[in-house]
Order: sequence, then structure tokens, then C-alpha cells
Amino acid sequence: RAMELPPGRVPAGRVAAVAAGFVRFQRGGPARALALRALRGVRAQDIKDVGHKYYLDLELEDVLDKDSTVNCTAEVLYHLGNKNIAPDVQFTLERELKSTEEADHMFYTRIRSLEKELVAENIPDSHGHVPPELEPLHLLAWVASGYVTWQNSTENTQLQLAQIKHVKQVKRSDEYLQFDYVVLLHEMVSQEMIPWEMTVLWHPQDGVQVTRESRQPRH
Amino acid sequence: DQVLCIVPESIQQVQHLQHLCSTLLLDLWNPLMPEDIRAGEELHVRVPAPLLPEVKHSLDQHMISYRVLVPDVQELVDKSMPRERSKQSQGREGYDYTQYHSMKEIYQWMTEIQQNYSELVTKPFLGMTFENRPMYYLQISQPSNKPKKIIWMDCGIHAREWISPAFCQWFVKEILQNYKSDPKISRFLQNLDLYVLPVLNIDGYIYSWETNRLWRKNRTPYQNGSCYGTDLNRNFNSSWGSIGVSFNCTSDVFCGSGPESEPETRAVAQFIRMKKSDIVCYLTIHSYGQLILTPYGSTTKPPSNNEELMQVGQKAAAALKGKYGTSYKVGPPSLILYNNSGSSRDWTHMIGIPLSYTFELRDNGTYGFVLPANQIQPTCEETM
Repeated sequence: RAMELPPGRVPAGRVAAVAAGFVRFQRGGPARALALRALRGVRAQDIKDVGHKYYLDLELEDVLDKDSTVNCTAEVLYHLGNKNIAPDVQFTLERELKSTEEADHMFYTRIRSLEKELVAENIPDSHGHVPPELEPLHLLAWVASGYVTWQNSTENTQLQLAQIKHVKQVKRSDEYLQFDYVVLLHEMVSQEMIPWEMTVLWHPQDGVQVTRESRQPRH
Repeated sequence: DQVLCIVPESIQQVQHLQHLCSTLLLDLWNPLMPEDIRAGEELHVRVPAPLLPEVKHSLDQHMISYRVLVPDVQELVDKSMPRERSKQSQGREGYDYTQYHSMKEIYQWMTEIQQNYSELVTKPFLGMTFENRPMYYLQISQPSNKPKKIIWMDCGIHAREWISPAFCQWFVKEILQNYKSDPKISRFLQNLDLYVLPVLNIDGYIYSWETNRLWRKNRTPYQNGSCYGTDLNRNFNSSWGSIGVSFNCTSDVFCGSGPESEPETRAVAQFIRMKKSDIVCYLTIHSYGQLILTPYGSTTKPPSNNEELMQVGQKAAAALKGKYGTSYKVGPPSLILYNNSGSSRDWTHMIGIPLSYTFELRDNGTYGFVLPANQIQPTCEETM
């Protein structure tokens, strides 16, 4: 089976996480976050003087609608040499995703109409619970973390959003919604919980942007 | 409530039954309408418990013979809807197995379980944690005159993996509630003893409840109290300190000052060493990742019984997937996760226990360590 890569290679799950994070970021919003349901197949290729390329067959699921899955093929290229360059990721989804226009619009108008800027902490809470009105903020963080994972993962690290410690809305004069997050990212290999700040912008017509992200010192 | 099966033999009997069903508003299962009742054809009707005497008397009076098809409708309902708050999520003690519990509650639960099932359960003492808390395990052993082999399972070696102790508790509940009625479980217990340690890293678990939900290690201070905690799953004597660890005590994979430097590790290791010739299977439960890990993490050289380990592991993954479609991968961490040394699974295999597995339960990273409590039941059911 083309499932396990030969020793010395990056474990397949690690590459899949980067690909899934990238797709989640590209296609996500406060009403949609795609998660990795299963890794169907993986193939590795060494490109001389360039890097390691992986071809992946993924099954993704919509976190809000677990029965709805979508197949995805992706290519991830880790560059040789400079470890500060994010891997190149390309993907194709086998079908179009359901529109989230209505939910997006509802979230957008609700936040715009708030008098005081929204502030929240510890999402999910210790028991994994997220109050329904904060779920869009949870998804937004998770989508944005897909970007952070993609930008900061190497062949030896695997980052995953563990929890939102703090989120604050920042009102803007333009049409965008802005949320400043402090999240904890779990790094699988070292098992560390790394605080990370991210500034996330969103507009229904525009998708998610991470305009600033920076790793924080622990404690 | 009971369901009765009646075969009316004449028009008079049919008419009487139609009258009975209409006036008492009985729940006809077959046929659906009283007007479709026919002589010579089976009639199935559910009769609420309070009406049973009256209905049966009336049938007897009219010489209508019947038999009981379903003696207890509620029992059937409970069995077929496990997600309802039925016997499934509550124990005899009224304990809610679909919620996460504090250490204090778990200690209490262990005492109650041992008392309620004292015919097979004892609660032996294993050792003390760094912060001086007692470690107990539950020994489930059906009295018998033949010596039995042992399956050991520990949960909660890493503080933040709350689904793991939740699973140990669920597992114990399932075994004890069903060992008399479930032939598989009863046969199991005839031949094997189960030793379950619901929380190995007690100090860490409490710390994750009270102070830092995402804490992993135990709470031994190092460097004059400037940093805390050893990763207990790097502290066993299996290629200790060689790979996938840190010697810096601020690291989450700090392996301690030496193999078995931690009291929790020592308590477990001493016991397992003593019993090793009787232990056939060692299971250690973690999260997250949906993996069934076989030895080894410290080297890619496969263990001597690798084929057997993989076969059994694959069967387990298939059975797991059959329940809710959750996919688990099987293999050694050196290939599918990351290299690490000093793990309990590697150590138990190295000292001779043939089947040694680490289970990484749900999920795949969506909630990670902070798995919502509403996933406890499906996670535990599929893992059973």
C-alpha cells in the first residue's frame, strides 16, 4: 500500500496536516471549516536540488456538517535549504462546496451591529464546549490557523490549533471585520503548547486574511 | 408495557378485539387499523402496563388466546437507542460516564465500583505520586481455581488527554454492567484478569483541572523549583534519553533525571516487572491522533513479533471503524508519528510482554486535547 512512506521520510500524517490546513484557510470562513477526515493515499518524490514533494489523496469533512465530505488531491513541496520558506501547496477539490452566504451575512451584520467590541476567552472551554454564539469565532480562528500552520510547519514540526486563549474584536473604519487572537498552537513533535498572536480580517465577499501572525515566548 | 400476539378465530372475536382497541386506544402494531383485523390473521398490539390486567382478563373472558411477544417494551427501547440517557450513560451509582470527572470524583468512583462489584473487583494500591497522592488500580478478576493471564490498561499518563481517563472509566463500567449478560465478556473474564489504572499521572491531571488545561507532564519540581514536570511517557527504561526527548526541564518532552526517576513511573514499572510473566497484553491510552501504535518509537528496527502485532492492531482498527467510520492508522511511531524513547509501551515490550499498544483516541486535531464531552460516548463505544 502506498500509505506508509519509507523510513527517513516525513510521516504521512504530518504532510496531510499542512495540506489540510492550507485548504481550510483558502476555503474557510466563520461558517465553514474543513477538517481532515482521512488520508487515502500518499506518494513521495525527491526532486533533485529542489526538495521533497508529496502527492496526497485526502478526504475532508465540513466541521459543521460531518456527513458532507469532499475528496481533495493535493501536492506539497518542502523546499531544500532555506527552512524559512513555507512549503508550496496546490490542491483540487473534487466538487464545489455549498454556499455559506446566509450564515456569513448573519454573522457579519451581527458583529457590525455590536455596540461594544466583542471579547472572549478560552474557546473551547476545558470540557470542549463552545457557546453557539461564539462558534463562528472559533471557526474563524481555526481557518486562520490553517494559514499559520502552512507558513510555519517544517518537515520536523506539526502545528495544530489547541485552544483560543483570548480574542478581541477591533472595530475598523472600512468594511472588514478584524479580530485579534491569542491562540495556543500544539506542536506535535515537541508536544509544546506555543502561544501565538494572529490578526484576522474577514469580509463575506473576501475570504479570510491573516495580516499579522507572531509566535510568542512561553509563560 | 407488553406486546401481545393474538389470532382471532371468529367474527365475534374480531369484533371484540376491534372494540377493545378502539375504546382503550391501544397501540396496534399489526395491522395498523382496527378495521383491518381479520380472523385467522396475527394481531400484534402494545398494551400499556396499567391496562394489562384488564385486557388480559377481557381476552380470557372471551376465550381469545394470546401470547406475549415482547415482555418489556422499555427494555427494547433502551437497547436500541444508546444515545438516550439510559443505562448506557449512567451507572448503577448514578455516575455520568458522558462527562469529564475531577480526580476527587474519580477516587470516589473507584471506591464505589469496588464496593458495588466486590465479587470481582478489588482496588489495590500501587504507589504514591510526587505530591503524595495514592495511586490505585482496579483489579477485575472472576474467582476461579485456574490461574489467569492479565491484560493491563492505563489511562491518563498525560494530564491534558482527558478523553483517556474517561475511556478507562467507561471501559470498567461496560465490563462490570455486562459481564453476566454478555457471553463475549463473560468468556473473556473466565480466562483473563483485567487490571485498569484510570489515572496514572494524578498530580498532572489535577493541575490540568485547576490551573492549566493543556498541561502534559507530572509535577515534580526541578532546578530548585524553577521548572516543573517530567513527561512520564519518556521516563521509562527503554532506550531512555536517546531520541525524541529533551534534557531541559522546561520542555514538554523532558525525560526526567534518569530512567524511572519519577515516583509514578516507578510505581507502575515495579508492579509490571513483578507480574510480567503473567501479563499478555499491555495497553496505554492517549489522545489525540486516532492511531494504534506498536513498538518501537526509538528505532525503526521492528519487534520480533511484528507481524502478530500488526495483524491484531489492524483487526482492532477495522472493528473500530465499523462502529462510526472513524479511521485509525496502525504502526510504529517511528514511522507514523515521531521518534521517541522511554515510552511505557516500548519498555513493556522489551521486558517480554508480547502485545503492547498505545491507543491515541479521537480526534484528528479538530478539538485535539479539548475534546467536547459529547464525543465521550461515541469515542468510548467505538474503542470498546
